[in-house]
Amino acid sequence: MKIPQTVDKLRKKITKTVFRKEEKPEQDLNPIKKMELGSPVIKMEQITKRFPGVLANDHIDFEVRKGEIHALLGENGAGKTTLMNVLYGLYQPDEGNIFIGGERVELKSPLDAIKLGIGMVHQHFMLISVFTVAENVALGLKLSEIFLNVDRIKEEIDELSSRYGLKVDPRTKIWQLSVGEQQRVEIIKALSQGADLLILDEPTSVLTPQEVKELFTTLRSMTDQGLSIIFITHKLDEVLSISDRITVLRNGKVVSVVETSKTNKKELARMMVGRTVLFELSKPPLNKGNVILKVDDLWALSDKGLNALRSVSFDVCEGEILGIAGVAGNGQSELIEVITGLRKATRGKVFINGRDMTNHSPKEIIEQKVTYIPEDRVTEGLILDFTVADNLILKNFSSHPFSNRGLLNDKEVKRFADELISEFDVKTPSAYTPTKNLSGGNLQKLLLARELSQTPHLLIAAQPTKGLDVGASEYIRKKLIEQRGKGTAILLVSEDLDELLALSDRVAVMYEGEVTGLIERKKVSIEEIGLMMTGAKKM
Amino acid sequence: MKFTIPEEALKTIQTRALAVLIGFALGAILILATGNNPITAYVSLFNGIFGSVYSITETLVKTIPLLLAGLGMAIAFRCKVINIGGEGQIYMGALGATFLALTFGGAPAIVLFPLSLVGGFLGGGVWAAIPGILKAKIKVNEILTSMMMNFVAILFVSYLITGSGPMHDPLSLGWATSPPISSSIRLPILLPRSRLHAGLFIAILSVFIVYALLEKTTLGYEIKAVGTNPEAARVSGINVTRAVIISMLLSGGFAGLAGMVEVFGVQYRLVGGFSVNYGYTAIMVALLGKLNPLGTTLSALLFGALIVGADTMARQTGVAIFIAYTLQGLIVITAVAFEHLKRQDLAPLISWIKKKRGNKSG
Repeated sequence: MKIPQTVDKLRKKITKTVFRKEEKPEQDLNPIKKMELGSPVIKMEQITKRFPGVLANDHIDFEVRKGEIHALLGENGAGKTTLMNVLYGLYQPDEGNIFIGGERVELKSPLDAIKLGIGMVHQHFMLISVFTVAENVALGLKLSEIFLNVDRIKEEIDELSSRYGLKVDPRTKIWQLSVGEQQRVEIIKALSQGADLLILDEPTSVLTPQEVKELFTTLRSMTDQGLSIIFITHKLDEVLSISDRITVLRNGKVVSVVETSKTNKKELARMMVGRTVLFELSKPPLNKGNVILKVDDLWALSDKGLNALRSVSFDVCEGEILGIAGVAGNGQSELIEVITGLRKATRGKVFINGRDMTNHSPKEIIEQKVTYIPEDRVTEGLILDFTVADNLILKNFSSHPFSNRGLLNDKEVKRFADELISEFDVKTPSAYTPTKNLSGGNLQKLLLARELSQTPHLLIAAQPTKGLDVGASEYIRKKLIEQRGKGTAILLVSEDLDELLALSDRVAVMYEGEVTGLIERKKVSIEEIGLMMTGAKKM
Repeated sequence: MKFTIPEEALKTIQTRALAVLIGFALGAILILATGNNPITAYVSLFNGIFGSVYSITETLVKTIPLLLAGLGMAIAFRCKVINIGGEGQIYMGALGATFLALTFGGAPAIVLFPLSLVGGFLGGGVWAAIPGILKAKIKVNEILTSMMMNFVAILFVSYLITGSGPMHDPLSLGWATSPPISSSIRLPILLPRSRLHAGLFIAILSVFIVYALLEKTTLGYEIKAVGTNPEAARVSGINVTRAVIISMLLSGGFAGLAGMVEVFGVQYRLVGGFSVNYGYTAIMVALLGKLNPLGTTLSALLFGALIVGADTMARQTGVAIFIAYTLQGLIVITAVAFEHLKRQDLAPLISWIKKKRGNKSG
């Protein structure tokens, strides 16, 4: 709907007098624009940032050149996000200097950073799902208008879209967009604020392989046009494929700065973790025992009321790992929920340790020594406001020896907690530390400690290394193999096909709720699994 | 589970104390606006609280129901169940206790008193369990249901005790009240010539009971788990439905005890309006007290003192009594606003103060 001329004139007049500003927001010729390709657009010197109990950035020197894609690589907790938050003005450094476009600056808030041409796309999007793309972009602009002229914004979005190949329709609402498209909106938001340097924080953790390819193409077209990009990640393959230079951080310090073309995966991993990382897993031979989990003709409905599981049947034995392969959304989550008692099966049976546990409560299933590493480990597995000790007894606080007739036995709980903390090397000041104070890696260890400490008969692991860095992933895979050696039956669901094939003894492939393949790992190739994942083949 | 790290508790008390001060400062502005002198007003408020032994006992009399109901609210809120029905639960608790006391009036005190306690607890508990069940089973918003049930409870009690109602005292010359309860089960006065009654012991005992419940029992663990992360609680085998219902039951139970204690210690009969919005104030008491028994005790004392002091203030200076309630609200607002106050937020203020000090001496 177009605003009638008279109203528009009146609006402009009101805007001018009330805000005493011109309609067009000032386009500061920010210092970055003036620089030449290849020269350092930003320089961070000796940046130091302390938080209570941790030195997040330890005298870091960091520099990005115009037109390059510079990867900031490091494990979780290495200090990458902190450093970028300093650059973006979210934190003020305790020591050190920042130079943008050759001039020393003090960034008191993101507004200062944005004015100087720095934009940031965070790992967790900050979009309003019920608003349209244009409205979200408008949020980021400092508009001093009484009536929102969304049409002008739409034009700008279309222009940015075509310039950088970020296809998105300004009129769609955010909730209608895929994750990849939402990310594009975030990028457009940053660009519309005049960003010449884009910081992307773990941008690929939410994308499908196809979307990652599209993102990389977009980034290349951006740098071709003179933008500079900082790419925070812990994924080695991506770093090698997209970046020009890499800065590796470890424990808050810079380990080295290398040209991508002159390094390789092994070297990067070693720099990140501080020791040689094994990408190949050594698995002891299979020592299969009794059937622990048996699923027979299982049917279940999804949240939308459609059949998520169709006649699923398989079993898992002591000491073996059954890997469930398949693109996310083909019934794997529902399968796990039915087995753990969190979802009703409409037909079929689940036997655990020979007992019929179909549709029993989660508590009864846990009592059968079934443990579960959920995909969303922190939200579904831990209670951050609780102490470490309380989280360790989350599944068995009501049984002996942790409680007796409804009363908790604090001494036993502490003893158990201390034991696990040392056995699994969880870094925490005490058993009574609030869990939210722990780093991400230690949260994983805490969860594993709890789930593995009970010597489970059946262990269900859903995307156990998703979002984790090289060091943590290696640790978890080792632990899974260790548990397998101890005789636990393991049901592994993983989208990481390499991981799945390396760990599993047998593989089941799910497609649209059906098991399209159930076969020994040795007897099947990656290509055949790929075909089964798309439903094109059955084995 | 050990007591929380003292450092955090200290910080909370500091922030809360600051909030109280600022609440008073804001209240002073309001007092000014009504054309009164805030300094004389606050002085008389202070005297009203500490001026005599009687006024101190009056503070305690007001604190007792606030503390009991506040403990109840804290239990529900720990489970993230938002119980707004404290007022109705107080009434139903008073009703339950009085009904049993009157019906079995002939029984010996040693039977009748515990029976009345149970009646009080169950009266409020069952009344609260209804919105609890509705929330747990069919996800009905407990704020709406519990609040609506306040009206039902108050009007129901009103019906019972007015002229034609079944619990009306025929000897009361038309006043809306029940017959008095037998003197054998009335809570004895602790200090002669005051109104301070043995309900104080019930309140203090309840503080310890609620502490033990939340910190030492598996039930308390479940309630807290469901309150902080219901998804993780469910995955770990905790029955979330059960936790929600039981937390409401307990919550209403303690509110019901507050009602019972008011009847058995102060009024000795079920009269209309015996609860001066204690149920709603209890919500603020629990929130200000950070939902733990000790904090709830301190804030119940604070709120009780405010009501008593404001009464004196109103009589001596002409400042309207509802300044007390305004102050209560202001304190809670400031306390919540300061909830996430960090040292760095105060830094500019501190440096400004330092500068001012520097200017004075320099």
